[in-house]
Amino acid sequence: MFLTSIRPVRETTKHFYYPHGNSTLENYRKLFSQYAFGTYMRNSFIVAFAASAFVIFIGMMGAYALARYRFKGKAQIMLVFLVTQMIPGLIALAPLYLLLSKVHLLNTLYALILCYVGGMIPFATVMLRGFLQRIPPELDEAALIDGCNRFTALFRVVFPVALPGIAATFIFSFVQCWNELFLAMVLIDSDGNKTFPVAERSFIGAYYIEWGGLAASVMIGIIPTVVMFALMSKFMISGLSAGIVKG
Amino acid sequence: MASSIFTVTHKNGRKTRSLLAPFLFLTPGLIMVAIFIYYPVFKTANLSFQHFALFDQGHIFYNGWENFRGIFHDVHFHRIIQNTIIWVFVSLFFQLTIGFILALYLKSKFKFSGLYQGIIFIPWALSGFLMGLVWKWMFDDNLGVLNDILKNWGIIDKPIPWLSNPNWAMAAVIVANIWYGVTFFVIMILAALQGVPHEILEAAELDGCSRAQTLFRVIIPYIRPTLILIVLLRVIWITNFPDIIFGMTSGGPNQNTHILSSWLVQKVTYDQDWGSASALGLVMLAILFIFSIFYLLATRLEKDSEL
Repeated sequence: MFLTSIRPVRETTKHFYYPHGNSTLENYRKLFSQYAFGTYMRNSFIVAFAASAFVIFIGMMGAYALARYRFKGKAQIMLVFLVTQMIPGLIALAPLYLLLSKVHLLNTLYALILCYVGGMIPFATVMLRGFLQRIPPELDEAALIDGCNRFTALFRVVFPVALPGIAATFIFSFVQCWNELFLAMVLIDSDGNKTFPVAERSFIGAYYIEWGGLAASVMIGIIPTVVMFALMSKFMISGLSAGIVKG
Repeated sequence: MASSIFTVTHKNGRKTRSLLAPFLFLTPGLIMVAIFIYYPVFKTANLSFQHFALFDQGHIFYNGWENFRGIFHDVHFHRIIQNTIIWVFVSLFFQLTIGFILALYLKSKFKFSGLYQGIIFIPWALSGFLMGLVWKWMFDDNLGVLNDILKNWGIIDKPIPWLSNPNWAMAAVIVANIWYGVTFFVIMILAALQGVPHEILEAAELDGCSRAQTLFRVIIPYIRPTLILIVLLRVIWITNFPDIIFGMTSGGPNQNTHILSSWLVQKVTYDQDWGSASALGLVMLAILFIFSIFYLLATRLEKDSEL
């Protein structure tokens, strides 16, 4: 349905538009000639990919500890992670701005990556823990007996078996970072470091929305996430059981 | 050497050594969380007792409970609370039901299932704020699709002003939110379903379970831990999800579609009153915290997690 919102060219303001002969790609061309959408996309991609990779790495370790060990304070640590999910991210804007300006990271992509990693870790850890729990502990015990240490057991043996869950978490985190608007708006000032959603927002004026350009940028903006999903869905679909039965 | 700390070979050695290992695994995550989530919250708690407005930077001072009083005595407070409750539970119910059904269908392979999967996943690849704008456009009096279809089918003769009638507007934002959130459930439930071993399903079939029995007696109990978690996370996220409302109505007409979180956005962006916004944030935090405790007690998550 909203696919129709792409093609409306300039005459978008009167009635609902049915595509006919006068459709053009003008809006798309403008994105890259008039605006620097190539750069914005690159920035977004770097940030989302780096943040998600870190999130999975750190999250897997945490999830593994929570899924496999019994120790004092485990319930409390779960609580520490769960509580974070209740915090409206918006209230962190001002404190994070003040914090990052102190360490001179404002206006850099590092700032965004750090914030996103911090923000995504609790979710990823809790989610991955759920997936890890359904993998029989015998699997990594066998790996330990075969001479792995905990770390290699985790990343060599458990990781591949948990791929569907990891893929789901990775895609999720990637898309969240890709679409995040408010932090990127506040922390990034210079045009060269803007991310995609922030740039998209420039189509929305106070009294007037440039539907054509906005719709075109929305369409461009979903390509990476859709591709991401297509790449990852292979792992999601491959299923857990095969790996376990063989082990 | 780090590796010697991780090495756990024998059952005897495990008890003593593994005390340290889980904390080493958890440290990186906990440090990030402490810096980027908990520190800002404490800072916020501090801000909420201050008169801290960006437009009035010369006059920043502690004003006690003034910000909180302002929130509870706001004329729109009751309406906003009511909206928030409707928004969360109506959205959640439909998202979960539709998401579960779609996930079950997608799990079975059929022609074009990949394509369907792709279509269902698309909403979720889009930013909520922009989707709010797209829905705003669809519900628009004159250029929207919805009125156009209704008119062509002869159901209405003059456009319904969806977003300027308070009740219609609330329904409209909830519809948009349901549409937006279904995908999350499909992805998570689908991933959980793929973790259900074939053996169990085959055994159920051998034992003569009907499809409904297999679903309610075998599949749902098996993925229950995941379900409990994603429902809780979802309640919290829907509560904290102002993007669609922000894009569609900005809380209007006359504050009638505000929920707590979109109210917060308004305080941050338009009013630029960080003190009051921080206080509201803390109030939301408290509400969600209490809800979560009751929810966890009711579902006894801890019992499930003791594997």
